Formats: sequence, structure tokens, C-alpha cells
Amino acid sequence: MKRKIVFGVVLMAGLVMAACGGNDSASGEANTSSATSENTSNQAADDGKGVGKFTNVELTNPLDQKMVSAGKLVYDMKCGSCHRLTNEKLVGPGWKGVTSRRKPEWIMNFATNVEEMLAKDPNAMAMLEECLVRMPNQNLSDDDARHVLEFMRNNDGVK
Amino acid sequence: MNRLVVVAAVMLTVFGVSCKNKGQKSGAGKEAAAKVYVEPGKYDEFYNIVSGGFSGQMSVYGLPSGRLFRVIPVFSVDPTTGWGYSEETKPMLNTAHGFVPWDDSHHPALSVTSGAHDGRWAFINANNTPRIARIDMKTFRTVDIIEIPNSSGNHSSPFITQNSEYVVAGTRFSYPMDDDNSNPDVPINTYKQNFKGTVSFVSIDPKTGNMGLGFQLLLPGFNFDLARAGKLKSGDWVFFSCYNTEQANTLLEVNASQKDKDFIMAVNWKKCEELVKAGKATKKAVKFAHNTYSEETHSAKSEILKEVNMLDPKDFPGLVYFMPCPKSPHGCDVDPTGSYIVGSGKLAAVIPVFSFDKMLKAIEAKTFEGNFEGIPVLKYDAVLHGEVKKPGLGPLHTEFDGNGFAYTSFFVSSEIVKWNIEKLEVVDRVPTYYSIGHLCVPGGPTTKPHGKYVIAYNKITKDRYLPTGPELTQSAQLYSIEGDKMKLLLDFPTIGEPHYAEAIPAEMIVKNSVKIFKIEDNKHPYATKGEAQARVERKGNEVHVYMTSIRSHFTPDNIEGVKMGDVVYFHVTNLEQDWDVPHGFAIKGANNAELLIMPGETATLKWTPDRIGVFPMYCTDFCSALHQEMQGYVRVSPAGSSVPITFSTGATATPEPKK
Ligand code: HEC
Ligand SMILES: [Cu+2]
Repeated sequence: MKRKIVFGVVLMAGLVMAACGGNDSASGEANTSSATSENTSNQAADDGKGVGKFTNVELTNPLDQKMVSAGKLVYDMKCGSCHRLTNEKLVGPGWKGVTSRRKPEWIMNFATNVEEMLAKDPNAMAMLEECLVRMPNQNLSDDDARHVLEFMRNNDGVK
Repeated sequence: MNRLVVVAAVMLTVFGVSCKNKGQKSGAGKEAAAKVYVEPGKYDEFYNIVSGGFSGQMSVYGLPSGRLFRVIPVFSVDPTTGWGYSEETKPMLNTAHGFVPWDDSHHPALSVTSGAHDGRWAFINANNTPRIARIDMKTFRTVDIIEIPNSSGNHSSPFITQNSEYVVAGTRFSYPMDDDNSNPDVPINTYKQNFKGTVSFVSIDPKTGNMGLGFQLLLPGFNFDLARAGKLKSGDWVFFSCYNTEQANTLLEVNASQKDKDFIMAVNWKKCEELVKAGKATKKAVKFAHNTYSEETHSAKSEILKEVNMLDPKDFPGLVYFMPCPKSPHGCDVDPTGSYIVGSGKLAAVIPVFSFDKMLKAIEAKTFEGNFEGIPVLKYDAVLHGEVKKPGLGPLHTEFDGNGFAYTSFFVSSEIVKWNIEKLEVVDRVPTYYSIGHLCVPGGPTTKPHGKYVIAYNKITKDRYLPTGPELTQSAQLYSIEGDKMKLLLDFPTIGEPHYAEAIPAEMIVKNSVKIFKIEDNKHPYATKGEAQARVERKGNEVHVYMTSIRSHFTPDNIEGVKMGDVVYFHVTNLEQDWDVPHGFAIKGANNAELLIMPGETATLKWTPDRIGVFPMYCTDFCSALHQEMQGYVRVSPAGSSVPITFSTGATATPEPKK
């Protein structure tokens, strides 16, 4: 119940931001495409998968340890300066529990398509309002993103 | 009629001085504004790559808007980017004379394939301590600088051959050569006996662009001024203008203006190249620096090289010929078909146009009027296509539109004159404000001019802009050449003295532009690829800080254990992988300035603490909402102190143990 209200407020804030966000958005391309993707972003809010090319991520069972170690390398080089592995916030939220908070598609979309997510995805926008630092696009390949996801699942105790 | 115009032009310049711009037209009408207006957020149509003149740099403008995008540091240290301050970039400014922090750059040359722009590299000369630099158009950074030995005043440079085989470098000042066979310590008034000239051909690796000193030609002592490579049928040749064939060593203003004609020198570089390949060149011992910058290690290295291939054209007939050219020629420009060479005698009342076909015939028929120190001088009439009569006063440079027209700048009469190359007839003229030097038609020096505009680069702006004390801005002026009449559209200020410039369609560059340096590919020996690797290491009295930056903190941001007598190297890696998020780095009291680090790059600031205490460091580039939080401290203890090296980020003070 409480959660729903928060979500509603967040969604409102998100929409308001989307409406006036054009002013400070750095990229002209993002502006021009915002009108057409209004629908997709609503859909995205519905299915919780975020905005981006990942619509269906197959999860491994058990975890793929090769992917976990590859994911750790990416984490150390490109993510660790802002994300702790506990639930302590640094620049961004700590990663403990992130795989239960977010769908795998959402995580991979966020990691690879952060500009658009921060402009359109209500959950992402809500986070930005709190953190007030835009997460950078860290230039991940699709594989990198998948590996980091596996690393996050490992961190969340998935076997 | 023509004469009247000339007189009027002279009057204009003379009176221009005393009556300011009263009654003088600004030139552009209201409709001009629409032609140069580029909507906010929209791109310009052309890049204008402009020399930074006595700033030693290269500047990049958009056309038609005239907006300045970037100053690329080349031959001078640059406080904005840290060029020449960071440990990585210092070697780029090394020369056989040591570190030279400031030079004078004149002529950009864009790389070409089959005589047309290919958008890969830009080259530019250093005039004072002779060098040529190569700028990579993917990163807009200087990646290669080669020094030219046996040269003084590298002015006729770096004009480029039609497939970017060579850029040339002619010595403006002849002097007693510095190679092993010369005797440089001679009386100045022994010019005729002891002074020599050279022109150098700097090779360009077709794949990497890496420059090398291909070969030099040993030439009579006089001044080599400007050059252009031939193209298409004349593609094997390069033409150089020469003045002071009087060989004066003092008061050149008078003494180098005695003869009726000086020379345009034609060099068959293909033949030279064959001789060099066949091992016919003499090896001369010299000393010159070759500096290269790697985008993988984000670092430069400087080597001193010791040998050059020298050819003496007296020993090899057929390499070099002189064409007489009236009155101290300056510009020496080849039209897009490669058929005509336009000489611009600074003091001449005509523009002589030479015919390449006639030159070849005259060489074959040996139509010589004599020789100069063993090099054949062709007969003027035998090589002349014709003269443009009474074109204006003080012709300097010529560019082409690809439609059979030439555009010549006139310094003394402050105007651009458009004329028909075949018919040698003036068809239009416009005033410039004031005293134009070079001019540029996009693609004007290539086989495929892009046309549309001609840009004037002026030496004097006087009353064109709000005054700023004795030192005024330099300026360029943009004219439309789309109609029969040239039309002034825009004035825009420039940096340094904007000697020459080239312009290239934006789409040839934009698609290749690099956005970030991939952190995975960073091969800097002191790179820190992730905060887990951040650390501080002591090596004797050197302290190396492996530091990372990301919005909005440094790791480590608290450092202790530095002592007086230490030299601290901050190797800062920017971990961002997002376009347009550089971080800066500054520490109080650093005698060697600051850093600016691009995403994925590592840069090093050397800091020698001069007193004990706690010194703040911070990020100088506004990187995020919490940029003002991006800071840290370094503690410096006395020389003998026992404070150990420690470092951290985010560690909070441990409470005093309770008693
Ligand atoms: C410069 C700091 C920074 C870096 C580096 C960074 N992030 Fe983030 N991240 C953030 C911030 C800040 C947020 C919150 C959203 C915002 O404000 O943009 C965030 C949010 C996230 C979230 C959502 C967390 C949640 O609890 O829902 C994920 C997933 C994420 N980041 C993944 C990554 C990955 C993967 C990398 C490395 C490739 C990375 N981040 C690198 C700053 C960073
Ligand atoms: Cu910063």
C-alpha cells in the first residue's frame, strides 16, 4: 500500500521531469526521440523491464561461474567506484538485493542505455532524484552487461 | 577603368586609416544573417581548420557560423588541456634545442587521396624552430611532431603531395647548414659563399600517418617562401616560391627587392625519391627530434635522430628547375587541374600564370636563359601561360573554386579579386577589412574544391570590433561565392594571426570522431583501471599516486606519508566512459599547473612540495551536481618524519579509544 503511493508519486515526478527535462538534457537526439517513445516508456513502467533492447533475458541455473568472474572484472574497472556490494549507498545505491528489486532486463537496459533510462524510466528517474548524480554510460558491451548481471546475482546469494 | 578601381582601392586604404569606418560600408546586408545563421543545436556545414599564428596552435571553427569549437594545442603549451604540462605530453615539445614552449604556426594542410580531401589528418608547420606536426582528425589531437634539421624559419610548409606521400618544408632563412660538413661559425656577410638553403620532404606512412624525414635537397642560399604540390598531370612535382635571389643578408626590404625577377622552383620529387631509394643520396649527420604521442599509452616519447638523406641537384640533372617570377613571389598556387601555377609577386603589377605543359616542353627543349649555381633557369616567356594585368596591389595568395576561377588576395589594396584562369580576366572584386593575407575556399587547394565560400584572413581589424586596448582581435571574413558576385556575409574573430586555413565538409570528419578512450585499451604504465587498484607507492624519494576519478570523488582522496624532499607523481585515471565528462586535477602550490583528463585517459602531474602542511586537491572541471565535493587532502610531513604512507577514500576517523 505504502509502496504503491510512493510509486505513484515517483511516476508523477517522472512524468513532470520528462516534460521539462528537455532543457537540461545534453543530447539533442534524445530530445527528438522523446515524443515517439512516450508510449514505450509507459509500457516499460508496466512490465518493469526498462527502456532498451533487452526484452527477454534467459537466466542460468545454476550460476555460470565464468560469467561471474568476468562480471567481477567489469565491476572492478567500471562500477566499483560508485557501487558498494553491500546495501550501503556510495554515489549510487549499494548492489545488495538489486536483483530482487529489478528485473534482469531492467538491469541490463540500465547498464547499457542509461541516458535513455534516466530520461524515460520512472524508477530510474526516481533514483536520480535521490542520488542527484547521473550515472555515466560506462560503455558496456552486451556481454559485459550480462556478466555483471551474473556477478550481481552471485552477490545476492543466488546459487 | 581597372586603373581607376585600383586607385580607388588605394584611396580607400589610405583614408581608411584616418577616417575610421565612417561612410564605409559594413559590407554585409541584412539578408546575409540568414545565410550564416546556424540554429542552436544544429551543426555547421564545414569545419574551418585555421592556423593559430603566433599562438603556435591550430583552431577549429564552424562555417558558415564562424563559431569557435576548439583550439588544438600543437607547438605551444596549453593551460586548458595541460598540453606541455602533464608528464605525458612534455616530450611532444622537445627539440634538438631542448623544450620549446611556444612557437609560431602558419599553414594547415589537410591530408588528401587522389588530390582530394580524405579527412584523416591535418598538418601544420612550426616556423621558428622548424617542425611539422600531424593532428589526428579522429581525436583532434597532435600525435606526431618532427623537427626539420638544416632549416631556419620553416615557412614553405607543410604543403602536401596529392596522395599524402610527403609534406614539404623549405627553409625561409638560408644559413650555414648545421650538418657535419658545414662551418656554421662564419661572418654574416659571407652569405654568398657560406649560406645554403634546403627543402625537405617529410614522408607520411600511408596507414599510420607516422612521419619520417624522407630526404632533403641542398640548394643555393636564398629565401624559400611558400609551396604547393602539383596534382594530376603535375603530381610528381612540387613548386616553391623563392625570393632574395639577390642573396642579401641585411636590410632585405631594400636589398632583396633589386632584381626584376626571382624564382618559382620546380622540384621533381618522384625522381628524387627514386634516387634516394636507389641509395644515391649522401648521408649527413644532423640532430633532430621526432616526437610521437600514443592514444594507447596516452603518452608521448621523443627520440633524437641523427641522419638525413641529402641530394645535391647539381649532381643529378633533371631534379630542379627555376622559373623566373616577377618581384619577390609569395604565394605559388596550383589550380585544381594541375595545369597552372600562379605566382604572386608581392611587389608585382601583374599576376603571372605558368603553364605546366609549357614548363615540360621548355625543359625538354632546354629553353634555358642560364643557370643559378648550377641549376637551370627556364626562359620566362617559354613557361608563361599569361599575366593577369593590373589585378590590384600586393598579390599574396590564390585559391580556386573548381569552376575555372581563381581568387587572389591583395594585401595592399585590401581586396579579393576573382579572375578567369584561362582568359586571365578579372571578373569581380570585393574589399576586405583590412589587409588580407591568406584566403581559403573549402577544398581550394585540392583537385575537388567544395566551393560555396571564400574566407579572408585579415592582418588588421582596427575599427571592426569593440576596442580592447592596443591589442585587437584577429579576424576572418566569410564571403559567398555562389553567385557571379562575391558577397560579404560575416566577420568573425580568430586567435593568433590566422595565416592560412583549410575548410572541409563536416560529414567527412564527424563520422570518425572519437568520443571516449576505452578504459580496457588504456596501456598507460601507471593506469589505474578501477578503484580496487588505486594506491600510493614510494620508490626512494618518488611517491607515485595511482589515482582514479569518477563523478564525484578521487580514490584515494586522503594521502599521508609524503615528506619534504619527495617528488610526488599523481597519475590520475578518469574512469568515466561517457562522452564529454573530463575531470580536472589541481593541487595547491603546484608549480607545474593542472591536469585535464578525458574519459578513459591517464595523465600525470608532478608535484614537489615546498613546505610541510596539509594541501587540498580538487577537480577543476564541473563534472556533476557534487563537483564541489570532488576534493581531497595530501599531508606533507618533515623530511625525517616517521609518518607511514597511507591512503584512503571514505574512511572516517576512528574514535579515540576510551580510557
Ligand atoms: C559515477 C558513478 C557510477 C558508476 C561508475 C556506475 N554507476 Fe550505477 N548508478 C549510479 C547512480 C548515481 C545510480 C542511481 C541512478 C542515478 O542517479 O543516475 C546508479 C544506479 C544503478 C543501478 C540501479 C540500482 C538499483 O538499486 O536499482 C544499477 C543496476 C547500476 N547503477 C549499474 C551499474 C553498473 C553495471 C555499472 C558499471 C558498469 C555502474 N552502475 C557504474 C552511479 C554510478
Ligand atoms: Cu570532477
